[in-house]
Amino acid sequence: MNAIYKHELKGYMTNVTAYVFGLFILLFAGIYTMVYNLGHQVVNFEFVPGSMPYIFLVGVPILTMRVLAEERKQKTDQLLYSLPVSMHKVVCGKYFAMLTVFAIPLLIICVYPLILRSYGNVPLATAYSTMLGFFFLGAALIAIGMFISSLTESQPVAAGLCFIVMLVNYYLASMLKFVSTTARTNMMVITVIAAGIAFLVYLMTQSSTAALACAVVMEAVICFTYLKNSASYEGLLSKLGGHLSLFDRFENFYQGSFDLTTLVFYLSVIAVFLFLSVQSMEKRRWS
Amino acid sequence: MIEVRNLTKLYGDHAAVSDLSFNIEKGQIYGFLGPNGAGKSTTMNIMTGCLAATSGEVKIGGYDIVEEPQKAKKLIGYLPELPPLYPDQTPKEYLEFVAEAKGVRKAEAKKQIAHAMQVTQIEDVQNRLCKNLSKGYRQRVGIAQALLGDPEVIILDEPTVGLDPKQIIEIRDLIRELGKEHTVILSSHILSEVQAVCETIMIINKGKLVACDSAENLESFFSGRFELSLTADCGKERAEELVAAEGLNVEKSDEKDGKTFLTVSTQREDGDEICRELFFRFSKAGIALLSMSASKASLEDVFMKLTQESEDSPAEEQAPAGEQETAEGGSSAADDDASVIAPEEYKEEAGY
Repeated sequence: MNAIYKHELKGYMTNVTAYVFGLFILLFAGIYTMVYNLGHQVVNFEFVPGSMPYIFLVGVPILTMRVLAEERKQKTDQLLYSLPVSMHKVVCGKYFAMLTVFAIPLLIICVYPLILRSYGNVPLATAYSTMLGFFFLGAALIAIGMFISSLTESQPVAAGLCFIVMLVNYYLASMLKFVSTTARTNMMVITVIAAGIAFLVYLMTQSSTAALACAVVMEAVICFTYLKNSASYEGLLSKLGGHLSLFDRFENFYQGSFDLTTLVFYLSVIAVFLFLSVQSMEKRRWS
Repeated sequence: MIEVRNLTKLYGDHAAVSDLSFNIEKGQIYGFLGPNGAGKSTTMNIMTGCLAATSGEVKIGGYDIVEEPQKAKKLIGYLPELPPLYPDQTPKEYLEFVAEAKGVRKAEAKKQIAHAMQVTQIEDVQNRLCKNLSKGYRQRVGIAQALLGDPEVIILDEPTVGLDPKQIIEIRDLIRELGKEHTVILSSHILSEVQAVCETIMIINKGKLVACDSAENLESFFSGRFELSLTADCGKERAEELVAAEGLNVEKSDEKDGKTFLTVSTQREDGDEICRELFFRFSKAGIALLSMSASKASLEDVFMKLTQESEDSPAEEQAPAGEQETAEGGSSAADDDASVIAPEEYKEEAGY
């Protein structure tokens, strides 16, 4: 894993993407520090990372698009497959390399509150817990981006797809607020989503039995819970949206609470998408 | 060293490899020979763990490639069809990366990289970016990569494709060098190449093994072989008797309208003399020879026949058995398709 990590990191360092990505983050952090802390003379540094999550919409696709797609395009994935290194080590090595690239500008930003402190009473705990939340939010999104990069061999396609996924995630909660809150509509929308998931299962496994079984189980659960307690469906989607949107959950941090559940949620997202990336790479061996 | 058992790989309904079995012994150079799309690359990809087989198993040094991939892969160095280089790296950086990924210790890695670069003669380009290297050099960097970790088996997929004649000669010499210390398996669709480098030739067609024998055996069996087609104005038995008296093998005989169509072969090389003797033998017996034509069967013919006709003939362990099932007309097909033989010119230039 060490070799892959070093190799990947070197790859980023000799490539322009890492620098663009870093500059991008530093530029926005600089602007917000100027406007909030210097311009308006606010002592709370947490507003800076708190205002920045939208940069991931562009930043994550730029950072992750090449990570696995390029290997496939250059046929260097053949080397990875034939090396005596297991695929999860390859994926983790690459992921940690991206995290490093992401962490470097954040470390630089972490110096800002210390500088600001010489001019006022900056609440460091909130500032740094928000930075930590920001890091894990980015880490989770990078894991998603990595998985998307494993699906295709074209960098532009990976970037485009990743951007759409980021965008949907970003607006998920606000979009779902438009869904009527009645139990019936919620039930119907969830039924449609369940059908969509079953279709995805079919696309991935090419087995109609598995997809059908999946659909039947999900519909049964939905019908059962709906018949038992239809009230539980009221406003369910917008609630779910709030829970599932990685971006919305980040709000808790800059509102001043160190939200451990959200950190655990981010870590779970990372674990799931790293697992899926490994499976996606392994699957190619069997195609 | 390598055991391949009943290997099958299906792409949808199409079988790229079907029920392939063979053994690779230690310390030899093996050549996979077959036309494009015969399943050579697929087989090699499965052997190296890059691809999973639909059924069957591959064991490298006793380790199953699927069950214990790490241990099995440590024994193999693989050069895929396209050398898997990173364009923005120099060969030196690349080799350092591969050595580390293969788990070679630092001091040892330095030695191995120096050795690999020396053997493949890429020291001069070690600090240039891979994307600026010529095809020949990329191929060599790919081979150098396969050498790292000192694997017992080196598998090279079409190592000379796209190289100029001089480079081909160099790579062949290199492979011969490697064969002294490693077991080497290489694939090619060029007969003369396999003939020039390999000790054992495995001819693969449509995902099946159609022949497997040492180059010398195949050559001695086929290259001096002389084939005659003749039409005699008599019954089948009489004609066969006369031919047999001349010491020739009857490959095929058909009687039609009182005439006999014969195909005979011999190991003798004095073709004209055989024709003369046959002519007088038949005329002494008072039988007219209505036609007679001679052709020399070369290894190319055999390759063409085996790869064209293997569809209806079962996989044979011995080439001669496979050859006997072939029908007439194979040699003319070889003449038509000159592309298979073309690299022969390189061979002559090189003074083989």
